Amino acid sequence: MLEIPSTQKYKTQYFNLIKKRRTYSAILLGIFIVLMISGFNVVDDRNAGGFWAGITSIFDFPKEVILEASEKADKIPGLFVKFFPSLIETINIAAAATLAASVFAIFLSMLATHGMAKWPRLIPVFRRILDIMRAIPDFVIALILIFILGGGPVPAMIAITFHTTGALGKLFSEVNENSSLKPLDGLSSVGASWMQKMLLGVIPQVSPNYFSYGLLRFEINIRISAILGFVGAGGIGYDLKNAISWGKGRYDEAGAIFILLFVTIVIVDQLSGILRDRLTHGNKSVGLL
Amino acid sequence: MSINGRETLKTNVNELFYFKRARAIGIPLAIFAYLTYVLVSFDIMGLSERGSLKNAKTLVGDMYSYKTHITRDNRNGGISVSVEGEKKGRFPDGTAPSWVELGNTTKVDLGGGHLIFFGEEDVVYEVPNYGRIWAKPSSRGVEAEFPDGPLPKWINQSKNRIAITTEAGRLSITRNRAEVFRYFNGWELFFFTLDSPYYGKSVSELVSLAHSGELAEILEEFWYNKMWRHSDVAWAIGETILMAFLGTFGAALMAFPLAFLAAKNITPLAPIRSLFRRIFDFTRGLDHLLWTIILARAFGPGPLTGALAMVVTDTGTFGKLFSEAIENVDKKQIDGVQSTGAKNIQRYRFGVIPQITPVLLSQILYYFESNIRGATVIGAIVGGGIGLMLTQAIITQSNWEEVAYYIILIIILVTTTDWLSGKVRQRLIKGPSSNDLIGL
Repeated sequence: MLEIPSTQKYKTQYFNLIKKRRTYSAILLGIFIVLMISGFNVVDDRNAGGFWAGITSIFDFPKEVILEASEKADKIPGLFVKFFPSLIETINIAAAATLAASVFAIFLSMLATHGMAKWPRLIPVFRRILDIMRAIPDFVIALILIFILGGGPVPAMIAITFHTTGALGKLFSEVNENSSLKPLDGLSSVGASWMQKMLLGVIPQVSPNYFSYGLLRFEINIRISAILGFVGAGGIGYDLKNAISWGKGRYDEAGAIFILLFVTIVIVDQLSGILRDRLTHGNKSVGLL
Repeated sequence: MSINGRETLKTNVNELFYFKRARAIGIPLAIFAYLTYVLVSFDIMGLSERGSLKNAKTLVGDMYSYKTHITRDNRNGGISVSVEGEKKGRFPDGTAPSWVELGNTTKVDLGGGHLIFFGEEDVVYEVPNYGRIWAKPSSRGVEAEFPDGPLPKWINQSKNRIAITTEAGRLSITRNRAEVFRYFNGWELFFFTLDSPYYGKSVSELVSLAHSGELAEILEEFWYNKMWRHSDVAWAIGETILMAFLGTFGAALMAFPLAFLAAKNITPLAPIRSLFRRIFDFTRGLDHLLWTIILARAFGPGPLTGALAMVVTDTGTFGKLFSEAIENVDKKQIDGVQSTGAKNIQRYRFGVIPQITPVLLSQILYYFESNIRGATVIGAIVGGGIGLMLTQAIITQSNWEEVAYYIILIIILVTTTDWLSGKVRQRLIKGPSSNDLIGL
């Protein structure tokens, strides 16, 4: 007779292991819950209005805006026309900043990638430069530049360009690292200069990825450009701030700007989503969208 | 291949090359044209009028240096010495730094041979290689005598005011007051203010004092420094982190159950699925800024509003990302669990959740990291955290050293969280590709 070995030992071992993992998970979960609750209480204390008082009136403001906007519904198209130039300004800030930043980021990312860098010893330097550019929040740069350059779209554009260069530079250098270095060897062997090697050897490989990341960044930058307007740098954000600070009676303007901004963001997101999808998956998938 | 075919091939190839060449020139040209249009529409030419080089100079100078003001009130002859002219940085009456000699005639040594004397009524400035400047403020204006010759550019004289700027410092005399600024590098009073007993002590003295049991007092003096407010700054940074923490994880908790309802392989009913998808799109599309404005109306300004705005927008983002992660799970594992006779809930618990947890955690961490950066901006709008302190410092348009300090702290905060979350994410998933994580 064949004897079946006892599995009892393994079974207890397995259950002990499970038990241990469950205790750890429970402890972690407990810490997390305590942090969430106490953190919530701290934040609730330091806020001007409490959470429980506010949660009941959360729809008051949107309701007011919607009511007033629908009362003056006939005026809304006129307001769209009125604020359209500011919207264009916001989009222009984002687009110009993204374009300029892409150009800077392409150069910086190549200088920060092994195998492509013109000065390999300076790779860490360029990496740190990108890190720092990424770490400084754009609104900080915008506020400082508003002090120096006065209000308007230019400070916002420079600020977004600065931050975006850092953000895209990092993504681009990751793309560069995944690209093949063989075309570069080929170009070196025929005596190409660094510029030629990059233009002819790297750019054709990586440009779809660059383009896709650039588009993604453009989506983000439109939002940021609206926020910076709110802090004082022109564009539709500035108009929104004014419309809101007028208070009751001018909520039709606020409503019109809300709609404009929301629709723009959704359209840009959708368009860039379709484009990016086409870039990564080829033309086929467009039909599915 | 026939000759004819070769000919068409050749023209085709030529056309292709022509097209590619046109594109190679056309795209940069289009970009250039667009940028020119933008710059013109932004009125870049008018920038030289609106911008101010002087502001830029004071800003940069102020970031790494400070000035000590020695001010004489011409009406009562009283002299006060203070750092940056601030009340909090004032030397107690009768005391002054070593380069100022108080007395009937107060002597200010700006270094490099530049000497200024505040007499009973007059002011004398001895400038090396130039000569002696004498000035006397009175109710009629400011009288002054200069060495012979035309006035140099660095002296600015009008009836009621004289301003002299040299490489050693600045002297300005008006009817009411005479004031000397001397510039030093560094951030003065960063550790201790003037009224603290530890002001001006060297590191070794402080260490020996700490050894003799005064460590607590020393730390307290530093922590409650009135000029730099280290304790408030630490609080503010904590608040910023807290906003990001509550916002990110609150959103994750909200999105987790909803994501199942929006996933194709879990919810077979298309209307429910698309309803939740549209909700996610809406909360995501309406952006931080707009949610912050709406929520600030209900909850008032403060960090709670910032955290809630993040909860709302990121619920949309996470909902989308999580439901995509759920749709991408491996069906085999669910089948395996099902084959052991597991019920519905057990199938999710053991077939789906273990597969998606690392992906979700990694996404949550990524957003936590970017929300810390976002929390500084939102803090500036809703009034909370380091973002608020930073905007307050910028609005004064004079405390640029504080602005520099806060910016450095923000950079440190952002880079450490970047680094930490990078480490943790790497442990969660071996080599995550940034492609999957960044998709909004």
